[in-house]
Amino acid sequence: MKVDLIPQGCRRHIRRSSLTPNLSQADSCIRSSTGTFTGSASRALVTAAAFLLSAALLLALPGCKSSENTEPASPASPTPGTSTSAPVPTSDTIPIGEFCSFTGDTATWGTAVDNGVKLAISHANAAGGVLGKKLDLISKDDASNQEQASTAVDALLGQNVVAVLGEVASTRSLRGAPLCQAKQIPMISPASTNPAVTKVGDYIFRVCFVDEFQGKMIAAIGKDILHAKTAAVIFDNSQDYSKGLKDFIESGFKAGGGSIVGERSYGSTDNDFKGQLTSIQGSNPDVIFVPGYYKQVAQIARQARELGINTPLVGGDGWDSPELTKIAGSALDNCYFTDHFAPTDPNPVVQGFVKDYKAAYGGMDPDAMAALGYDAAGVVVDAIKRAKSTDGPALRNAIAATKDYPGVTGSITIGPDRNAVKPIVIIKIVNGKFTFFKRFSTPS
Amino acid sequence: MNQFLQQIVNGLDHGSIYALIAIGYTLVYGVLRLINFAHGDVFMVGAFLGLIAGEKFHQGLWVSMVIAMIGCAALGLVIERFAYRPLRKAPRLAVLITAIGVSLLLENGGQMPQVFGPNSRAYPPFIVGPPLHLGPMIIQLSAIYIWSITGCISLALWYLVMRTRLGRAMRAVQHDQEAAALMGINVNAIISFTFALGSALAAVAGVLYACDYGTVDPLMGLMPGLKAFVAAVLGGIGSIPGAILGGILLGVVETAMAGLPGGATYQDGIAFLILIVVLLWRPTGLLGTGAVEKV
Repeated sequence: MKVDLIPQGCRRHIRRSSLTPNLSQADSCIRSSTGTFTGSASRALVTAAAFLLSAALLLALPGCKSSENTEPASPASPTPGTSTSAPVPTSDTIPIGEFCSFTGDTATWGTAVDNGVKLAISHANAAGGVLGKKLDLISKDDASNQEQASTAVDALLGQNVVAVLGEVASTRSLRGAPLCQAKQIPMISPASTNPAVTKVGDYIFRVCFVDEFQGKMIAAIGKDILHAKTAAVIFDNSQDYSKGLKDFIESGFKAGGGSIVGERSYGSTDNDFKGQLTSIQGSNPDVIFVPGYYKQVAQIARQARELGINTPLVGGDGWDSPELTKIAGSALDNCYFTDHFAPTDPNPVVQGFVKDYKAAYGGMDPDAMAALGYDAAGVVVDAIKRAKSTDGPALRNAIAATKDYPGVTGSITIGPDRNAVKPIVIIKIVNGKFTFFKRFSTPS
Repeated sequence: MNQFLQQIVNGLDHGSIYALIAIGYTLVYGVLRLINFAHGDVFMVGAFLGLIAGEKFHQGLWVSMVIAMIGCAALGLVIERFAYRPLRKAPRLAVLITAIGVSLLLENGGQMPQVFGPNSRAYPPFIVGPPLHLGPMIIQLSAIYIWSITGCISLALWYLVMRTRLGRAMRAVQHDQEAAALMGINVNAIISFTFALGSALAAVAGVLYACDYGTVDPLMGLMPGLKAFVAAVLGGIGSIPGAILGGILLGVVETAMAGLPGGATYQDGIAFLILIVVLLWRPTGLLGTGAVEKV
């Protein structure tokens, strides 16, 4: 690089300009040439600033890319949406539809749910099928995309499925639900916790708990397990999940006689939480509730410990990911969160499922999504048996009458608002491992 | 008071990363008058290369960082050669849009399972050690690393640009590409070198950022990239001390906002508001050279 870049003649010139910047002739002529540059340069800056603002606006739009942070990152083998290829249902099979995100932002959710559903269907078929017929699962990929969710459900309904299973993301369940409602085909969401989903109509159900219940239970962990009197909350202000859960936690904690001494928020793209944590530290809470998604929870935990805050953190099912403790290291030891399912739950139903799942999927542990998928399919199979029919209204009534169904995510009863009434699992993090702590059914 | 001091330390820690990324922006802009929007994504690639070096090949911080720097310098050369050089004589807007295209390519390409995969991943514990207690303040070891490395890099860059033959050539290209070429300067070589250097700096920032926050994902460059751009413009784009000042100012303001109840909602808004106000008051930024516009 040293040789031919500047010929001898001009080298002297430039050197002089750098040594005596204000006086030399060369410098002033260079100045004037930059003058013309600056005009177009500042135009470029204005363009860039305009772009920047619009980019910032896009980022600020809620729910836009929100789901990318939320994958419970199961180590699921990628089986992208090739599993469709549905044969036209013949009279000796019962077609059940499923729409999942096999690809896109939340591919891990779709794959895990699909694994669970397939296992449940194969169990039912191995036991001789239902009503003397085999079950036939028709899967459609929605590519983690709302519009494609509508298309997928339309396609399923066109193939005369008797029930639809899906989705995990509430936004996509909300796309599919009106279509199923209009056709009077029951739809069961395995994992959408947003209250609006089942309010679409009387054909829409879910097998997971809703955030109101979860929030109460998280508050109960603070009060009853950690004996906390004061609490602070850090939540993600750009996620409906986090905002909603925060409100339920706070009202639950206050109802139990505790007081909320600090509340700070963050955005989905933030990585630095030391500002929030330092100001919370001043109010010295007994417990910090973090109803967020795993990546930021892990970072909050790390940064809290770095700042010398050793208060336990407590959160919800957004924590469930193997990445949580990988990122957080030991920072989350002796913290708690609520979840749908724990593979280490000693309950024999759970252990049987874990064993079958591992055998079917190459030794992989099932996660909450797989367990919920298994239960959603299980509830449908159980309802078809009781209804002795695959007719829409009859099946709907049978699903609505589900009582104490022994699911792997706990005993499921469908309540009057078509939400599952079921226990919640509390997981304690011990030495970087999720350990089953207890199953809770009602807030104490 | 203690809380205030700690918030200042937090802000400096947060802002020094912006500063480090902004230096790379400013360097490329200074020579090329090109806002390289892909800079934040080269930063992401650097962080991932560090992850691969640390996780797969069990290297320490310094070796991983050098590997990331070499990898990103090569990436920078490729981007410059194939995305920007063909457009060197095209209108500025075309290059700006190409830069956004490169940025999207890296972000979405990085999410493919064959490349880095869409999930965020934990970073190897490169910097481990007890924090420094300075009176009531707690300073992270990673922050001390970032401050010292940012300081060393700024000094080295100042020396390179102001005191070496290569730096003179860079300044000559900055002033007038055609005139520089007429003087026998190999403009293409200088621009390639600047790109490689800027990308290597992005790699350093990426590795340090990931060490500080403990995670990497293919979209991690997006926000820091935008914020660092704001920092660079705030300080006066093209000016290295300006990039550092802008970065630290932005970090301190953001941390102060985050510490207020509900303040985090407005922290990005405040950052962009400051940018707009500064551009109205001083269009060249805080430390930008106030050149007289000639018509």
